[in-house]
Formats: sequence, C-alpha cells, structure tokens
Amino acid sequence: MIRTLGLISALCGLIIVGAYQGTLDAVAANKRIALERSVFKVMPAAKSIAEFVATPDGKVAELNGNSPAGAQRFFAAYGADGKLLGVAAEGSAKGYADSVRIMFGYDPEGKHITGIGVVAMRETPGIGDKIITDAAFLANFEALDAKLNADLSALANEIRTVKHGTKKDAWQIDAISGATITSRAVGKAINDAAQTLLPKLVPNLETLRKPA
Amino acid sequence: MKQPVLISNMEEFMEGVWKQNPVFVMVLGMCPTLAVTVSTLNALSMGLATAFVLIASCGLVSLLRKVIPKEVRIATYILIIATFVTAVDYAIQAISLALYDALGAFIQLIVVNCIILGRAEAHASKNPPLPAMINAAGMSAGFTIGLLALGTVREILGAGTLLGFSLFGPQFQPWVIMLLPPGGFFVLGGWLLLFAWYEKRKQGRLGGEVQHV
Repeated sequence: MIRTLGLISALCGLIIVGAYQGTLDAVAANKRIALERSVFKVMPAAKSIAEFVATPDGKVAELNGNSPAGAQRFFAAYGADGKLLGVAAEGSAKGYADSVRIMFGYDPEGKHITGIGVVAMRETPGIGDKIITDAAFLANFEALDAKLNADLSALANEIRTVKHGTKKDAWQIDAISGATITSRAVGKAINDAAQTLLPKLVPNLETLRKPA
Repeated sequence: MKQPVLISNMEEFMEGVWKQNPVFVMVLGMCPTLAVTVSTLNALSMGLATAFVLIASCGLVSLLRKVIPKEVRIATYILIIATFVTAVDYAIQAISLALYDALGAFIQLIVVNCIILGRAEAHASKNPPLPAMINAAGMSAGFTIGLLALGTVREILGAGTLLGFSLFGPQFQPWVIMLLPPGGFFVLGGWLLLFAWYEKRKQGRLGGEVQHV
C-alpha cells in the first residue's frame, strides 16, 4: 500500500513540476506586463521604467533578482530623454470586501501624488468600483499633497479620506458618497505606503536618476 | 459490434449533459456555480478549467483503479484531483492574469468540487478509462452549460453586456443586484424552476405519476 501511494504521489509531483516549469516564463511575463501597465497608468508620460527597492535601513537600490526581506518595491519612471519623471509604488488597505491594492504615482519635483490606479480589489460592483470611474474622486489625486516634514521622517500632513464634501486641504481626499469605506481604504493605502517609502526615497533621489 | 458501443458512448456522454446534469438535476458544485458566474467569460473559463480537471483526473483514477488500495482511495483521488487543479492554476496564470484574478480562490477550490470527487468515486473507479473519460466529458459539458446559463443571464441583466459587448446602449440602467450574491440565487432559482416545470410536464405527458417533493 505504501509503495502504491508513494508511486502515485511521485507521479502527481511530476505532473505539477511539469506544469510549473512549462508555464513559468509565461506567468512571469504576464505578471510583469500587468505591473508595467499599472505603472504606466499612473505615469502616462513614462517611456521606460526601472524597479527599485527601499530597504528598512533607509537605503534605495535597483532591484536585481529577489527583493530582500522587509523591503518595499517601487518603480522609477523615465521620460524619452532618460529624465526621472516620478515614482510609482503600490499600497494596500482593507476595503469593504477584501484588501484594495492601488498603485500611485509620486512626483518628487512637486512633492505630490499625481494619480492612482487600482491593481486589485473585490469591492461591490456598482458601488465600491466607483473608485476606478468616478471622475470627481480621481481628481483628488491629481495633486494630492505628500510633503515630508522638516526632518524627513514622515509626511508633514497625514493623507486622509474625509467625508464627501468636506475636503479643505490639499492632503485630504474627498470620499465618494455611498462608497466611503472603499474611499477610505484608498486613502489609507496611499498614506501607509507613502509614510514608509517617502522618508527613504526623498534623501536618495539621486540614486534613481539614470547616469546620462 | 461497433454500433452498440457507439450508442452507449453517446448515452454515456448525454448522461451528464442532460439526464444527470450536475447543476440543474443533481444540484452539485453550487459554490463555483454561484460565485464565479458574474459574466459569461468567467463562467466559460471556470467550466473549461473544471472540465480539464474532471476529465484528466477521471482518466487517471480509472487507469489506476486496480492499484489504488481501497482503504485510502478517497485520499488518493483528492491527491490526483489536486495535482490537475494545480496544473490548471498555473495554466490560467499563464493565459491571463486578469482572468486569474476574476476567478480568484475558486480555481483552487475545484479540488473540493463534489462533482469531481463524486465522478471519481461513483464512475471512474469502476469503469475502464475510455467510458470514464467520456462520462466525465459529458458531466463537464453539463456543468459548463449550467455555468453559462447562469453567467449569461447575470451578465446581460447585471451589466447590460454579453461577453463584454454592450447590448442595450448607454441609457440602460443595469441591475447591479444580479452581479451580487443574491442575484446568483435568483437566477439559479429561476433555472431550477424551469427545469422542474419541464420535468413535471414531461412526466405528466407520459402518464406517469407526478412526484411531489
């Protein structure tokens, strides 16, 4: 009995390894395309992108191979002349149904968020998915303030989602009426990611600029 | 000699498509049926993924039916089914990540789809590979038809589109509820009602006693 079971398990293992090897390249290519597409969405002017990691000790380095543990991955976007246009990073927060994963663009010159795109979410169709289509909501992110404080340790003003119609400051996000939980998740996702990434990124901006 | 075999193969196939349709007659595999049928494309992909797992695992179970020790047969079936599910999981990731995200956990959950385990235990473990696979193909076709029946209705009513193409123009206000879980139950209930009504009428025509359930 043991021998039979062992044999069947070995056969199954063989099939799985075969399937994994056979699809590995296509899956990796697909994931890269999906990720690049979401980067280009928040950085429409970009001509090329490069992937970087920000490590917990405050360093920034170009990603080669696997990212080290605890590191935050982000993308630098370059224009046709190789000039650094901005940075795109991913953030996620709990929404209504599941975590909402968004990609946001950051402009180091203007020190503000330039746009967002949804990477993955399972929010209610017709309600939560307004964060993709609602033009008034998306306008929040065209110049969302993300300045750092004086000693570059955190954002000067926490990015927050406020109740629909009560937005006063440039770092606030006006929630979609009826989709407050999802709107809040977007704000929290950006804030969490920006709070950890930007203090490491801003002092190291030179690393991102391509050697001409 | 050839003729009877052909007929029985056809019957074997039609068993799952119509007489024992897994969705409408046996009401099995409701979890993916209700969860992924928000669009025709999702329903079709789920049907095809399940079909591959069902046919491949029934074929393998049937091939190994004489070596599998009786005491651990269920564990062995699950192992075989899980293997093919993993293969399908990789294949869908390779074909389209968007589709993979849309189907979500329900690809992995094919492992516990009772249609597959049921077929392995009730049919494949007792029959030679060819009939077992034909029977599995019929069941898969029946399951896919069931998913499509739900997916098409839910997509048309819930989004006003069919396979992504707009049907009614921009002034159509979609019934979002059809895309939400309750909509799945509504549409499934509607189809089951239709099937039950049809069966009852057929029985009445044949003069048989109408069964009350």
